[in-house]
Amino acid sequence: MFRDALLVLGKDLRIEARAKVTLRQVAPFVVTVMVLFAFGLDRVLVRDANVADTVTDSVPAAYVVPGLIWLTLLFALLLVVSRSVSIEEEDGAGDALRLSGLDPAGIFLGKAGAIVVQLVALELLLVLGSMLFFQARLHAPLLLLSATALATVGMAAVGTCYGALSSGLRSRETLLPVLVMPVVAPVVLAAVQAWQLALVGEVGDGWPWVRLLIVFAVVYVSFGVLAYGALLEES
Amino acid sequence: MSVADDVQLAPVKMTAPPAGTVPEVTVAMRSVVAVLGVFPALSGLDLQAGSGEVVLLRGPNGAGKTTVLRACAGLVPIQRGDISVLGCDLRKDRRSVRRRIGLLGHATSLYEDLTVEQNVRFAVRAAAGDVDRIPAALERLDVGGRLRTLGVMHLSAGQRRRVALAALVARGPRLWLLDEPHAGLDPDGRDLLDEVISEAAAAGTTVLLASHDVDRATRIASRVVLITGGRVVTDSVGDHHVS
Amino acid sequence: MRTTATMQTSGVQTSTVQTLSWLTGLAAGASLALLTVLGLFVTRPDEVQGEAVRLLYVHPATAWVAYMAFAVTSLAGLLWLWPRTRKPLWDRIAGASASIGVVFTGLTLVLGSLWGRATWGFWWVWDARGTSTLLLFLLYAGVVALRYVPATRDARARRTAIGALIAFIDVPLVHFSVKWWKTLHQEASVLQPSGVQIHGLQLFTMLFSFVAFSLVYAWLMIQRTRLARWEDELEAGGLDAAIVARQSEGSQHLIGATS
Repeated sequence: MFRDALLVLGKDLRIEARAKVTLRQVAPFVVTVMVLFAFGLDRVLVRDANVADTVTDSVPAAYVVPGLIWLTLLFALLLVVSRSVSIEEEDGAGDALRLSGLDPAGIFLGKAGAIVVQLVALELLLVLGSMLFFQARLHAPLLLLSATALATVGMAAVGTCYGALSSGLRSRETLLPVLVMPVVAPVVLAAVQAWQLALVGEVGDGWPWVRLLIVFAVVYVSFGVLAYGALLEES
Repeated sequence: MSVADDVQLAPVKMTAPPAGTVPEVTVAMRSVVAVLGVFPALSGLDLQAGSGEVVLLRGPNGAGKTTVLRACAGLVPIQRGDISVLGCDLRKDRRSVRRRIGLLGHATSLYEDLTVEQNVRFAVRAAAGDVDRIPAALERLDVGGRLRTLGVMHLSAGQRRRVALAALVARGPRLWLLDEPHAGLDPDGRDLLDEVISEAAAAGTTVLLASHDVDRATRIASRVVLITGGRVVTDSVGDHHVS
Repeated sequence: MRTTATMQTSGVQTSTVQTLSWLTGLAAGASLALLTVLGLFVTRPDEVQGEAVRLLYVHPATAWVAYMAFAVTSLAGLLWLWPRTRKPLWDRIAGASASIGVVFTGLTLVLGSLWGRATWGFWWVWDARGTSTLLLFLLYAGVVALRYVPATRDARARRTAIGALIAFIDVPLVHFSVKWWKTLHQEASVLQPSGVQIHGLQLFTMLFSFVAFSLVYAWLMIQRTRLARWEDELEAGGLDAAIVARQSEGSQHLIGATS
């Protein structure tokens, strides 16, 4: 299972390394969404050079930046999952993975792993962007890192399952958001809460959310490992 | 079938397993009904093939040739009847069967963004094959050298077909399912394909081949099966034994 | 011989299902009528809640039916996925129950919104229960959307079953996350309708509403499942004819080829 997972992970990352779709298309999208958030929430987020401390007068960035990061990442997830499905459909080759003889659980772990790697890169971009644009100050690295890692794994697992479920369907682009977003709603909620609590310094209250994220990640990774075989078959 | 075809068949038959030994049955389809949507693509089809045989499936468009090949790979739901491939029941043992068969369909199943070698390498490693066989396979299909490190997206349709064949040769599965393999190849490529198929058959591989290039395909086939309306109408297996 | 036997059993099944359908329909209709009488005329308005208390006779029951429907969907989906228990019936039940569940979740949201307006003065309040129900509605709306994507019967059944399972294991996660969200940050007590005292006839009417709506669910399930079976039978009945037609297509060609 793990040998097959590494093989698929390597293949998907090699494809990204050559095609650079996440780098050239999803990363600029993520930055654009950040800029648009600044327009949409200007009273909260934008520090005006002429008016001192506009930001501190209103809601502190610590309450807004986590929501911005995780909502943007959710949109990016949909794009990355869609791309992950579409590379298997190139040249009408929807059957390639099924015919490969690879362990379905391995395929699931490999494809989810590749999505995790790409999401982590985008998270880095989002965090750096928030620090640069919105003066976000990070605290409690342990809480932030564990919440982020677990949330990313959970989102990637759900995305990979639904990606396979909607592969080969003409309505995939519209179907994916409708399916994925309600399911990962608890992840978005938990990750945002953990981040908010970390940024405002109430670290202790953040850990229950990490527990929820652990349960979510474990449940959906197990589900994918068990069910991906059934997901892959069309007949 | 013309007389010329029978003459051409002779060299291939010599490479088949020696007379007297019964070749191992690699494909056995019994009264198979496969319904695609509401359309019975296969309407009670019986077909057997043994190791070393090259079976040409011929018939008009929509006869069910492609469905036969896909059914052998477990890609088509079977409503009635059963299929056993390489001694395994396809309903139960799909994964292990799929490692030991190769299907080359209308699509070449290659990743556009990977190089020729990366594609072949992934296919071979996925089927737990021998990676050392890759260079020779690439050379055999004439896609080594300059093309080896080129992205598949830059290749022509014929070159892609050669790459897919190279992956098949490098993997060396025991059953080849080829759907219109001559399509898109230049004359040299077709000759090369015929050679590769004959070599594989000589080594004991079963080849099921659907082709409209009947004259060419009949030359390398050890058996010709006419499929119409989703079932076998005539099977030349008897003719050959008589002749 | 064999065909007559199967036809007979299917005939017996049909008439049993028909009787069951009639009985459930009658029971559902009668209990709904009784519930209407009890809820609107016999019971009195509440001292605190006034007339709005009558929502108690529909809202909890619709919520219960919604949860039950999704549980049935998941169980049926699981039974379809398991190779040994796979039967078309399970897929029909899963599909029927999912759409009925979505309708009842929608009904629960609307009734809850009415209650909120009467009690708190807002059509929508972000309380834990309402938020969970809204997410539940969206989760299963996705599953139903997936079911309506054109596909072969098996592919559709597989997608429905897996989609329903993904949604179902999300339900407790949604529930706890939303509950914590409200309890860790805001006072939840404001949102509890604590002033309501249920007793006697009110309690009976509320409990009776569970029976009434469960019967409605059962009746709808029978209708939807039966409809799906007829659709399948229409297809399957055509199969033998289609196979014969397909085979004769072959013989025609053969005549053409030999002549």
